[in-house]
Amino acid sequence: MANINEKISKDQFEPAKFDASKSEQISKPSLNFWQDSWMRVKKNKGAIISLVLIAIIAIFALIGPSLSNFEYDKQNTSHANLPPRIPALENVEWLPFDGTRTLKNGNVVNVYEQKKIEEYYWFGTDGLGRDLFSRVWKGTQISLYIAFLAAFIDMVIGVAYGSISGYFGGRLDNIMQRIIEVLSGIPNLVIVILMILVLKPGIISITIALTITGWVSMARVVRAQVLKMKNQEFVLASRTLGASHAKIIFKHLIPNLAGVIIINTMFTIPNAIFFEAFLSFIGLGLQEPFASLGTLIDDGFRSMRAFPHLMFIPAIVMSVIMIAFNLVADGLRDALDPKMRD
Amino acid sequence: MVKYIGQRIFYMFITLFIIASVTFFLMKLIPGSPYANAAKLQPEQVEIMNEKYGLNKTVPEQYVIYISNLVKGDLGTSFQFGNQPVTDLLAARIGPSAQLGFQAMLFGSLIGILLGIVAALKQNTWVDYGSTFIAVIGKSIPSFVFAGLLQYYVGVKLGWFPVAFWKGPEYTVLPTIALSMFPIAIAARFMRTEMIDVLGSDYITLAKAKGANFFEIAFKHALRNALIPVITVLGPLAVGLMTGSLVIEKIFGIPGLGEQFVKSINVNDYSVIMGTTLLFSFLFIFIILVVDILYGIIDPRIRLAGGKK
Amino acid sequence: MEKILEVKDLNISFHTFAGEVKAIRGVNFQLNKGETLAIVGESGSGKSVTSKSIMRLLPESNSEIKNGEILFEGKDLTKLSDKEMQKIRGKDISMIFQDPMTSLNPTMTVGKQIMEPIIKHQNMDKSSAKERAIELLRLVGIPKPEERFKQYPHQFSGGMRQRVVIAIALACNPKILIADEPTTALDVTIQAQILELMKALQKKIDTSIIFITHDLGVVANVADRVAVMYGGRIVEIGTVDEIFYNPKHPYTWGLISSMPDLDTAEDELYAIPGSPPDLLNPPKGDAFAPRNQFAMKIDLEKEPPMFKVSDTHYAATWLLHPDAPKVEPPAAVLKRMQQYPGVK
Repeated sequence: MANINEKISKDQFEPAKFDASKSEQISKPSLNFWQDSWMRVKKNKGAIISLVLIAIIAIFALIGPSLSNFEYDKQNTSHANLPPRIPALENVEWLPFDGTRTLKNGNVVNVYEQKKIEEYYWFGTDGLGRDLFSRVWKGTQISLYIAFLAAFIDMVIGVAYGSISGYFGGRLDNIMQRIIEVLSGIPNLVIVILMILVLKPGIISITIALTITGWVSMARVVRAQVLKMKNQEFVLASRTLGASHAKIIFKHLIPNLAGVIIINTMFTIPNAIFFEAFLSFIGLGLQEPFASLGTLIDDGFRSMRAFPHLMFIPAIVMSVIMIAFNLVADGLRDALDPKMRD
Repeated sequence: MVKYIGQRIFYMFITLFIIASVTFFLMKLIPGSPYANAAKLQPEQVEIMNEKYGLNKTVPEQYVIYISNLVKGDLGTSFQFGNQPVTDLLAARIGPSAQLGFQAMLFGSLIGILLGIVAALKQNTWVDYGSTFIAVIGKSIPSFVFAGLLQYYVGVKLGWFPVAFWKGPEYTVLPTIALSMFPIAIAARFMRTEMIDVLGSDYITLAKAKGANFFEIAFKHALRNALIPVITVLGPLAVGLMTGSLVIEKIFGIPGLGEQFVKSINVNDYSVIMGTTLLFSFLFIFIILVVDILYGIIDPRIRLAGGKK
Repeated sequence: MEKILEVKDLNISFHTFAGEVKAIRGVNFQLNKGETLAIVGESGSGKSVTSKSIMRLLPESNSEIKNGEILFEGKDLTKLSDKEMQKIRGKDISMIFQDPMTSLNPTMTVGKQIMEPIIKHQNMDKSSAKERAIELLRLVGIPKPEERFKQYPHQFSGGMRQRVVIAIALACNPKILIADEPTTALDVTIQAQILELMKALQKKIDTSIIFITHDLGVVANVADRVAVMYGGRIVEIGTVDEIFYNPKHPYTWGLISSMPDLDTAEDELYAIPGSPPDLLNPPKGDAFAPRNQFAMKIDLEKEPPMFKVSDTHYAATWLLHPDAPKVEPPAAVLKRMQQYPGVK
């Protein structure tokens, strides 16, 4: 505390002048919604690493099948069930890429030497001698394709349904909500299976089956947000100025919903990947020679004891995708959800 | 409360009726014959079979027969599995499925809740991060991948537990663990959030102001309040378990409903598919109803408010 | 007068996302036996933080007592272990919170919640604790206490709940009762009842009260002394009469001018211009200077010390410096001063 008796020069007691504009200055730099969200996402290391992983996997899914010297559906029975072998890495002892496999009696044999095979199958081959490397990335391609397509369709239907139901309200909203209630009362497992039974497995039919109930959660979230927002001042102001319904929905409501839409879509993607794999497992997956991660893992199960790589490699790829998408979705939710802001 | 439950049960039957009808008509749309070895059958034999199963009648007639049988609790006869009535076929398979589902639910939610509590109490320590890690893994990685890992490492390599089949308690260990990863993950995350929420509430501050110690606050005050909302995830968890059980039963060769369902799909056995679909739907709706009622019983705010009416 | 609590040079910071927020910056005051001290200030002035720090109820994860002592019966509360503190909370010092709707545990009966501190601190068995709890319910004016004892908080109205919270706080006859805006969340009519109840109970059990509020009207009703807080510091402290009828700090002037009363009903209500200081980067000099129409150059350089007005009245403003120009308080304040010219 200052000494009261301290000498203070008299001129110090003259009135001070303030710049009125200065007192209202904002010390934080002003960021728009996306800049601010991106700053938050950046702080989440798990989400950033996951984004990078997703990018890498997506690139491999696109170019992977052509990196290998072998076609994904080319059979070569003399090269059946080869373990993985990768040049250079084959000399690293603790990596499973040396072309050897352990027999039931515990002996370790190099299958490539045994069969006098010169080629390198990076991820080995399956029971029909097809190159697993090409197949895994082809499968990833198809799985991701189905997932993105399903997520996109869910988004379009969900946002349209939800915003119309919420925005117009009244009887229309009432009817639309009853429909949603009935739909969500039916387990989606049952719907998906029945749809595939009717449509026969294929990329499009699986996507359709996934979207039949998939959009419901998006529609609910969007409707709730629209209901909350439609009576706020900025919407009312726009309406007073004579903006059309479409303009209000597209220019004012949907941009403000971007956060929840993105979060919801990010959670839909891993969910779709899971359901596609799940369908493969119960015998409703893609048919040969097409491959998805689900069918590959399902095939791998059959020969798991003798040739574990057939199951593990696609299973690892799938797990990485699922974890990465979940982490990104979590990170985005934390970053975009206004409730979490300080 | 009673009126509310009655209303819910009424809606439950409406939904089931819709599902039954949709299933029936979708089944009629499916191309392909229900007889697996149709090529070997003589036309007269097909005629006889059609007569026997009522397949020569018009679709509306079949529908009426189907629904009226359904009301009597008759789900029809299997085309493929020794002409057994579907109800008998399914009844024999409920046991293993129920046991597996119950074990996974119990194990999964207990471990998950424990993990969530510990994580919330030790926020931002390695315990918390570990629990979050388990939750992310459990939520992301599909149960069939866990099943594969467990079969290969614990079953084949280590030989601790049998790899497949259903012949005694030790056979249930691996499928139970594989199936419970999902409930563990969901329960842990949910419990952590709820617990942290409750620990930050005013009545916890008041409890502290009364001089309550760490354990009294955590277990006497916070736990009960945090546990109540966890009941709401039990419904979705049970549904997730039902989905998972289809695959897990198939992988581990467990003679349950899921395995039967998968088999029937592969051989186009309409009546069994329809029966199982209805059973699954019934369980799904029933579980959600039970969870809602449970919530009302446990939360005194809801219980007494309901009682006053 | 015997003092029961003394806060010396208290500094508290919060560590946040954006940096260190210096919420309390050198707070000094004392609480005498049997008196009611009101701490007044706007949101963010540090009044709640001060009260929570006495109970050591600030979140451990992000708050830090940087400096200072809180002396209760010779013990420095900032230095006690958690265990020792638990013995003081609820027994010697207890607290009433702002929102009665959320401060009771919704899944525990009201009776149990009252019994808890009794059993804990007074080693009573359950049946005598129950008797005591029912007695307390009756004391705070809850009808049919035996029935109410078994009920859950949601069966009580807001005012009744606050009575229950008061019963919990008084369960062990505390030496100090901290009331953190106990009436803010209540209807005006209920507010008055609760204030009356607190005054009556204080006489009955002879406790000292720290009354935190932003409402000067309430202060006049209950307090013996008043401390005005601004920007994490006490800017003026004195008896109720001194603060209301001879205020010295321009912020106190602002508070009093913005208080509605019958005579000024026709005039426009005064509002203090500007907004509270950013405690992330506390301004150099007097934190109130930017909102002070009488600010001088020195205000931008140096924090003012506590100038003595009388033995009980101090204010931290350079206007009290002998060299400072004489300024005229606002009309509303002058009017009050003229009403009671005796107060110095």
